[in-house]
Amino acid sequence: MSGVQAPERPAQTARSPVRTVGLWRTVGALLRKELLVELRTLESVPGMSLFAVTTFVVFHFALNRGSVEGDLAAGILWVTLLFAAILGVNRLFVADADQGGFDGFLLAPVDRSAMFIAKVLTLLAFLVVLELVAVPAFALLLLGTPLGPALPWLVVTLALGDIGIAVIGTLVAAMAVRTRARDLLGPLLALPLFVPIVIGGARAVSPLLVQAHPPAPAARWLLTLGLYDLVFGLIAYALFDFLLED
Amino acid sequence: MATPARPVAYGKGLRTLSIATVVAMTTSLSLVFFYAPLEAEQGFLQKIFYVHVPLAIIALCGFVLGGLLAIQHLRTRDPRWDMRSYVVIHMSLIFAVGTLISGSIWAKGSWGHWWVWSEPTLVSFLIIFLLYATYQPLRFAIEDPERQSRYASVFAITAGAFVPLNFIAVRLSTAYLHPRVLGSTSNLPGPMALTFLVSLLALSLLFATLCKYELTAKHTRAQLRALRRRLAGESTGAPTRSRSAAPSLHHTTAPARATSGSAL
Repeated sequence: MSGVQAPERPAQTARSPVRTVGLWRTVGALLRKELLVELRTLESVPGMSLFAVTTFVVFHFALNRGSVEGDLAAGILWVTLLFAAILGVNRLFVADADQGGFDGFLLAPVDRSAMFIAKVLTLLAFLVVLELVAVPAFALLLLGTPLGPALPWLVVTLALGDIGIAVIGTLVAAMAVRTRARDLLGPLLALPLFVPIVIGGARAVSPLLVQAHPPAPAARWLLTLGLYDLVFGLIAYALFDFLLED
Repeated sequence: MATPARPVAYGKGLRTLSIATVVAMTTSLSLVFFYAPLEAEQGFLQKIFYVHVPLAIIALCGFVLGGLLAIQHLRTRDPRWDMRSYVVIHMSLIFAVGTLISGSIWAKGSWGHWWVWSEPTLVSFLIIFLLYATYQPLRFAIEDPERQSRYASVFAITAGAFVPLNFIAVRLSTAYLHPRVLGSTSNLPGPMALTFLVSLLALSLLFATLCKYELTAKHTRAQLRALRRRLAGESTGAPTRSRSAAPSLHHTTAPARATSGSAL
């Protein structure tokens, strides 16, 4: 996969008289811009968090249960987080597509992969904030077992899942944003791709939410998540450039 | 893009391929019904195995092949690779529908339910099918043909890599609940294995023939359209393009039209 690269990129940087900026400095600048925009507009993260909390309420009424545990708890947590994440994925590139962010970035003499890395980190930051709100809310509203003992492994699992969601979410968002039916295509493309994350994540988390002294989750679920992150991280990194070429 | 100004005859070898397919299909169906022994437990129902499993294998290989062709498209930027990738994925999607239906029938016959969640192959197949079902809507939603083919290739590569990974994940999630009986051909008795292999070959040939037919039809239609336009004297101006999910070959016919325009 690493052989797939935009052919004009090396030529361009060699020809250009402008000194190119280092990759990580570009990523830093882009990330700063993304977080600044989010802080000023508050478009994504508050909406995602509110959506997650509301979904827990909906689940309470839909299932007619005061508290959940085990498989059911893990499933509700992951589905809610996933749908909230899709809200963020849908909005991730909207400003760039509508307000000339892509054009500005493409005119700058910088490595295009920087945008991918910056967007993945942005989405990752959004997801972490979302989970800081959603997981305590879940424990308060629905979870029937104490959260404390489950927390260390829960954090590990969520982190691994978040990386996968961020990587695939960024790729899908960039693909969907410049299509006609972007609000529809984003979730349609993303959901089947997220299924392995749900499998790995929910199976790893469900034993944690059963009893007061949970065992560690089976290693194979964490390995599945890790493998997913690695494979799709590399693929998305290699392919993202092709989505930016016009 | 080195495309010949005068496209060569497309359906080359199509007749041979078609005849080979008909022969192979006839042989395989005869073997299935008259040669392969009846399975002890499931009886006649088990014959669907000779259709269902090859269909599934071919559809999955087709999806991965579509991804490989898409890599080639992104490397060379030749729209013909995109066309091949599109046709292979399109055909695999049709085979996948066949797999789901035949799998459902088999499940109803042997387990009593149309759908069984504990059968990992069926479940992963459904997920892959749902993913690839968005391939055409994605293409359809992008108007610019160049960008459409580029985005479709990115999708095809990602989804092609998703196929094996998804199988690993789903298999893991059910492996300890439901041990597989017909996991591989190694535990099949001789006549059954032979019939299975012949069926696999026949259905692969069918897949190749159908792909070639679709490619030929698409090429011929593009050529016909270019010739019609030339006949009408419309050598200038952008080709009118109807909204379509299928890749068009205006790129390849464009140089032909340019040269003919200057000759006229």
